[in-house]
Amino acid sequence: MSQTGQALAEGVGTPTPPVRSSTLVTRAFRLWRTRIGALFVLILVVVAIVGPYVAPHTASEFVAIPNSPPGGDAGVLGTDYLGQDVLSRFLYGGRGILVMAAVSTAIGLVLGVAIGLVAAYTRNALDDVLMRAMDVIMAFPQIMLALVAVSLVGAQTWVIIVAIAVTTAPRVARVARGAAQPVVERDFVAATESMGLSRVRILTGELLPNILGPMMVEASLRLTYSIGVIAALAFLGLSPDPNGANWGTMIQQNQIALATQPWGALTPIIAIALLTMGTGLFGDGIARTAAGIDRERGDE
Amino acid sequence: MTWLRQGGIGAFIIRRLLLGVLVLVLVSILVFAATQALGDPARAILGRDATPASLAALRAELDLDQSVLGQYLSWAGGLLNGDLGNSLAAQQPVTELLGSRLVNSSVLVLCAAVISIPLSIAIGSWAALRREKAFDTVSSSAMLALAALPEFVVAVLLVMLFATTVLQVLPAISPISPGQRPWDVPEGLVLPTATLVLAVAPYVARIMRASMVEVLESDYVEMARLKGLPERTVLIRHALPNAIGPVFQVIAINLAYLAGGVVVIEYVFNYSGIGSALQDAVVNHDIPVVQALAMLIAGVYVLLNLLADVATILVTPRLRTRL
Repeated sequence: MSQTGQALAEGVGTPTPPVRSSTLVTRAFRLWRTRIGALFVLILVVVAIVGPYVAPHTASEFVAIPNSPPGGDAGVLGTDYLGQDVLSRFLYGGRGILVMAAVSTAIGLVLGVAIGLVAAYTRNALDDVLMRAMDVIMAFPQIMLALVAVSLVGAQTWVIIVAIAVTTAPRVARVARGAAQPVVERDFVAATESMGLSRVRILTGELLPNILGPMMVEASLRLTYSIGVIAALAFLGLSPDPNGANWGTMIQQNQIALATQPWGALTPIIAIALLTMGTGLFGDGIARTAAGIDRERGDE
Repeated sequence: MTWLRQGGIGAFIIRRLLLGVLVLVLVSILVFAATQALGDPARAILGRDATPASLAALRAELDLDQSVLGQYLSWAGGLLNGDLGNSLAAQQPVTELLGSRLVNSSVLVLCAAVISIPLSIAIGSWAALRREKAFDTVSSSAMLALAALPEFVVAVLLVMLFATTVLQVLPAISPISPGQRPWDVPEGLVLPTATLVLAVAPYVARIMRASMVEVLESDYVEMARLKGLPERTVLIRHALPNAIGPVFQVIAINLAYLAGGVVVIEYVFNYSGIGSALQDAVVNHDIPVVQALAMLIAGVYVLLNLLADVATILVTPRLRTRL
């Protein structure tokens, strides 16, 4: 039986069982955009993990005259403003960004989903209080709150992670609440309530599986933004190690030599662009697939 | 107070206004708490080897000798009177310090809005009309890719393309000397504006396309076509007004985002606006300036959201019954 038939069959009997997240991803991979997105991300993740082991030089080693174009002693991508090897710094520079982005987005997602589900489920004053609190945080652009937090406490890794997580959570919470609200109204939730299931079980066992589709889309979207903000902070000179190899820092430091040795800035630019476009394309693939499944089921 | 719960659009606007004021009050508490809770500002400013006398003098100047509630009330009261306090770094009133920079940033955001909004509405609508055809495929992919790029990456790429590596037709940086206005150096506005347009247009165009696709499939558009109305009339009189409702929200969110997003873009182009003011203030621990800018950006966000809600209600008659 085709997957379409399967999805339709799943829709019969029980009231719209959740789309298994594994099914959703498998089906999303039939779209080219999902494959390309995943490939981009995979390449950059491999660079970030393996890069430091295969780099020809260390990140801070003097190799040749500053801003030498590619070739000879200067290596395949030339040297940067301090005469360091651009290729090596590129290979070292992804890990910090990727780890911080992944950790902060994950924390923000968990917080946001929890708040959104509680707000959608309670439907009372707590809902209002939670959502107003989210409004307050969302009144600040993400980069601005991160900038202020970093300036007040310092550009330590944990400060950046907390700042991104705290600004990610309300945006996730709003989407989670919106997605969960129609689910809360369904009969099967009332049924589990009458069966005496605990609230935690209802939230995690009944509501959460039903909003996994939109949450996966939101996760990749938020990851895209987190990478952007963390790279932008480094670009503004606010990273845990201001002289360390970091794609954002590299762009800022080598911006001055764009006319003569563009590779110093262009290499990290390509890396960040591929990474964020990858997460963006992947999320769009998931979103389209989820919307397609809804249409087949006649949810629209 | 029951009329506030029922009575029509006027009451809706008042309700949203009150809600906006509430959010702003909460924001002001958050801003105040965040900037006060993190250690002693006087010590942060003067450093470790400050003498007790100078610390005490600065504390008095900053009203730090009052109770926390007293400090908050005097600060918030000042905000309401337009008195934002004195910049610690520049030793001049914050309003004076930020005045011209505010104009500079507003010019930038305004230029970006005036170009990006009609452009993205046009691209989105056209893509919806040519659904699944070449223009739609190309523009949708381009919008998707652009939306994912961080704006400083777009900015540096534009600098490479038009100012340094490839072509040298535009200035790479756009500094504005004191006394100068942004429109005195129009060529300096091109690249920053283009960056902001590229940062905003994809979102608006995508939502416009989605909204337009939905409207074009609706019964009333089919009805209008069956009546034999010219396609122009169908699109402009029937489809566009219905499709544009959801777009206002996205425009508002994006304009509010621009108010903060300019921080990085102004830094790239060395443009003296509120973004670079915030960056300077952050580096110098100039707390009154940080507080003022935080309140300003939050105020813009609340105001834009309010306007978007009202605009959506005005263009979507069926929502009015639910007020």
